[in-house]
Amino acid sequence: MYPAAFDYHRPGSVEEVIQILSDNPEAKIIAGGHSLLPAMKLRLAAPGALVDLGGIDGLTGVAVNGSASIGAMTTYDDAMASDDLAASFAALHEAISHVGDIQVRNRGTIGGSAAHADPAADTTAALVAHGAEFVAQGPNGERTISADDFFVDLFMTALEPEEVLTKINLPAPADNTSSAYKKFAHPASGYPVCGVAAVVTRDGSGNVTAARVVATGSTLTPTRLAGVENAITGTAGDADAVEAAAANASEGVNEWAGDHYASSEYREHLTKVFAKRALNAALGND
Amino acid sequence: MTATEPREKLVGQAIKRREDPRLVRGQGRYMDDIVLPGMAHVKILRSPLAHARIRNVDTARAAEAPGVLGVYTGADFADVNALPYAWQAAGVDNHVNTPRILAVDEVHWVGDPIAVVVAETPQQAADARDLIDLDLEALPAVVDAEATTHNGAPQLHENALNNIAFEWDCGDEAGVEGAIGDAAVRISQRIRNQRLIATPIETRGAIGQYDAGTDEYTFWLSSQAPHVHRLVMAAFVLGHPEEKIRVIAPDMGGAFGSKIFMYTEYPLVGLLAKQLGRPVKWIEEREEHALATAQGRDHVTDLDIAAEQDGTITGLRVTTWANLGAYLSTAAGGIPTTLYGRMVAGVYKIPNIHCKVYGTYTNTALVDAYRGAGRPEAAYVIERVVDLVAAELGMDPADVRRKNFIPTEAFPYDTGIGMLPYDSGDYPAALDKALDLIGYSDLRQQQADARANGKYLGIGFSSYVEVCGIAPTAWVTSEGWGAGLWESANVRVQLTGKVVVTTGSMPHGQGHETTFAQMVSDGLGVPYDDIIVEYGDTAGTPFGYGTYGSRSLAVGGTAIVQSVEKIRDKITKIAAHMLEVNEDEVDIDAGTAFVKGAPDRNVSFGDIAATAAVGAGLPEGVEPFLDATTYFDPPNCTFPFGTHIAVVEVEEDTGNVEIKRYVAIDDVGNVINPLIVDGQVHGGIVQGIGQALWEHGVYDDGGQLLSSTLMDYGIPKASWLPMMELDRTVTTTDVNPMGAKGAGEAGTIASTPAIVNAVMDALSPVGIKHLDMPLSAPRVWTAMQEAKEN
Ligand SMILES: Cc1cc2nc3c(=O)[nH]c(=O)nc-3n(C[C@H](O)[C@H](O)[C@H](O)COP(=O)(O)OP(=O)(O)OC[C@H]3O[C@@H](n4cnc5c(N)ncnc54)[C@H](O)[C@@H]3O)c2cc1C
Repeated sequence: MYPAAFDYHRPGSVEEVIQILSDNPEAKIIAGGHSLLPAMKLRLAAPGALVDLGGIDGLTGVAVNGSASIGAMTTYDDAMASDDLAASFAALHEAISHVGDIQVRNRGTIGGSAAHADPAADTTAALVAHGAEFVAQGPNGERTISADDFFVDLFMTALEPEEVLTKINLPAPADNTSSAYKKFAHPASGYPVCGVAAVVTRDGSGNVTAARVVATGSTLTPTRLAGVENAITGTAGDADAVEAAAANASEGVNEWAGDHYASSEYREHLTKVFAKRALNAALGND
Repeated sequence: MTATEPREKLVGQAIKRREDPRLVRGQGRYMDDIVLPGMAHVKILRSPLAHARIRNVDTARAAEAPGVLGVYTGADFADVNALPYAWQAAGVDNHVNTPRILAVDEVHWVGDPIAVVVAETPQQAADARDLIDLDLEALPAVVDAEATTHNGAPQLHENALNNIAFEWDCGDEAGVEGAIGDAAVRISQRIRNQRLIATPIETRGAIGQYDAGTDEYTFWLSSQAPHVHRLVMAAFVLGHPEEKIRVIAPDMGGAFGSKIFMYTEYPLVGLLAKQLGRPVKWIEEREEHALATAQGRDHVTDLDIAAEQDGTITGLRVTTWANLGAYLSTAAGGIPTTLYGRMVAGVYKIPNIHCKVYGTYTNTALVDAYRGAGRPEAAYVIERVVDLVAAELGMDPADVRRKNFIPTEAFPYDTGIGMLPYDSGDYPAALDKALDLIGYSDLRQQQADARANGKYLGIGFSSYVEVCGIAPTAWVTSEGWGAGLWESANVRVQLTGKVVVTTGSMPHGQGHETTFAQMVSDGLGVPYDDIIVEYGDTAGTPFGYGTYGSRSLAVGGTAIVQSVEKIRDKITKIAAHMLEVNEDEVDIDAGTAFVKGAPDRNVSFGDIAATAAVGAGLPEGVEPFLDATTYFDPPNCTFPFGTHIAVVEVEEDTGNVEIKRYVAIDDVGNVINPLIVDGQVHGGIVQGIGQALWEHGVYDDGGQLLSSTLMDYGIPKASWLPMMELDRTVTTTDVNPMGAKGAGEAGTIASTPAIVNAVMDALSPVGIKHLDMPLSAPRVWTAMQEAKEN
């Protein structure tokens, strides 16, 4: 449980981080270290240098003002403390509360989780469901990556090796929008075997006008369940409508995750169950 | 001083563990806390392949790495004996292969040690380990306990044809044949008892130190049996005089049996320390623990059951393939035979039983005792058998149990399959109490209501018996164990009147410091706080066999009681002399010896101790000092028992099992400290539930361990468990003077079948009769789908 030797940098600005990453292809960013360090201790990862983002001002904090802006280095625990986040972005807030345990939430960061793109991360599904925009800074300046483009593959995002994720913006939800996250935890790791985040918007008469329903854990990247989204849209959003919509979870999903604990068939099934639960919770159905 | 009211007895009181304040404040001293001047650090390179020929191990780059003091391979220890095999399967040929310090020529499991690096720091040792170049030629591997015996399976060892280490049986083969032939009801079922990884919070460790001046080794080891580790290293591995080896076992962060055995790393650190002239430390990494520490269970069992229409079980044939891993661990032969085969009758009177066991080699980690050791596997077999019969006949499983119980008046009872006679028992009493506590009559109605609402509610029973206090030397030696199993204690009263108790047992969570002091306090009438209990260092304790098999109280405790008796006798003599009365006129209580009927005429315990220690004023012929050692070898084992009942609900959507209630009635005989017994029962139940629902050491077909980290291996978490409802019945034993049976493993033995039986009961509406553990949500859900399709 000893990582291979590495150099350690703790620069004071994002520009310096980019410089170090550009100069040293073996260097890797460390945020909370709660995915990176375990991998290094098992020697599955052996970066020649770590660049700690912890010394940079301005990368932390949650600001909610209709829309939300979350600094990449905001810890889970700090984000959980934001009542505004809980009020407007409940799916993300609930997802955060499901991550690991108190120690993990004290160190792990929202940006680190997104950048790591673990197929079984909790928050990623909620970020996609809320339509997050990922702000990255690199040698060529700043750019914004949409939620639907950010997660490319298992442990792979649209970030370039020299880019730093600086913040995550969540657009202001439309009126009458509500959301929820439901998860089936793996008995050993606590990560989701399947987690589903649902964000739904209703019109004045209670009909669903828009829905984003996103799975994690059961899929290789946080995946929008288009079949469910389409089927629930235009309905009254009652329990029967949810039941019928959730049954379409497989539509458009090409590959389900599977391992010795749970087969892909089981995860596919769980996705239907948890799509239903997340939607029911978001829509206030008992 | 004046004698007062007789002091309140401490035995039977729920005194808080005196060891806890130290431990919970972080003042414990565990293996990795021990730092010696000049200490070097060891990392072990283990085989990444399950079966391979070693073509070459190139250590050149590693040897040059910073801080490296030495790199060694199997060739460097070729003249050191392989580890001994201490518990043979009795009465049959054992085809023995045991591990060498480091593998030579061939590796047989993922984790087989190949090379070792010693460096100034653990970090440097780990870095250098990555620089060792291995050239391995992969060979085909086999991991399944039964498949390994098939023709054409890869062969592990030349002397073990079809990978069979031994073939053993007990009971009456012909009788069972007849019973099955005649039976009105016949049931056959294959069941698997999956492999478990011990997973104590503190992994193993070993520190070796060698003093060239005195030619003495000192070892600090993760050890449940320091004297045995010393003996085995002296006599069988190092060939070094025993008196020149000292073994110290510091605080232990859990063991569950896994720290009983002789491991290659233990002599290794001594050999390295001698070679390098520096103390050497090895601390097992978490993943290394999963790969290299002896594991538990892993049986494949075929059951053939004969029964009558009224639920009477008339015959039971058990055929088990016990996976022993790549080599035989220290006690590997005894666990699946004596402690399993001879216990499959459980609490039932079954006229015909035959149990056949194949101990088999596979390309997996070694398997040995794990909490319960054979008895959980036996309880699982027989408790599943009873439920299979109940399900087949549509009977209440409580009724089938009652119908087949060994009658209370039948004790001591011989099950006829070679176990010592069960000492005492009252099985219906425990069942009745459990039924009462859970409110059984209402519960079946609740279940019917739940089912009517589409819910899968299940009620599961486990009426268990286990064998504890495993000791009677004549018996264990006839059962293939290569030594005695008696236990020792020394009780010594210092000049100041303080009492020091030393024991050969080795507590690691069982609370000996508290319970033993309670007993001595009552026995000598001295204040509890004046008694200290010492253990864990061969230099300061009498030879003993250690702590496992729920034996410390029944065997080691008796040695204390008898030492206390000897000291009481001597105190009485001295006090009589001091008080100028006859010995039979003296009584002892509350820190004084006094004249019966005239408590004002007394001498204090302190005065007696001082008189004895100084040696002036003693009666003629009485030696100075109060000091008594006892080696106690009991006439029989003890057989605790009880009934546990679990109520579970299976969630249809996910297959997830939720435990709604858990009732446990245990009969451990007389109880010294109910708080500690409850703690043992709680922990044991949880561990058994872990097996039923979550824990699974999974090897793929190529022999890679897929569950080598705690990301994959699911140990129980407190938040998933209900409040346990515990109570007791008390049936004493005359095997020891305390009338105590043992409590360390009961919970683990009982809870696994209770949960599995409850889940099977929950699933019975869809026609599921048996599923193998762990009853994980995916497994249960998948089985429910298949059952519904049929
Ligand atoms: C015991 C335990 C339990 C856990 N349980 C859960 C769980 O239930 N659910 C769950 O979702 N997660 C769980 N996690 C993982 C946890 O959420 C991690 O904290 C998270 O995945 C990574 O965040 P971090 O800040 O620790 O990132 P780090 O580990 O520091 O970094 C992770 C990766 O992201 C890169 N990176 C980090 N920040 C940036 C950035 N700003 N820009 C570019 N690249 C960056 C790093 O280079 C690295 O490759 C658990 C972890 C542990 C140790």
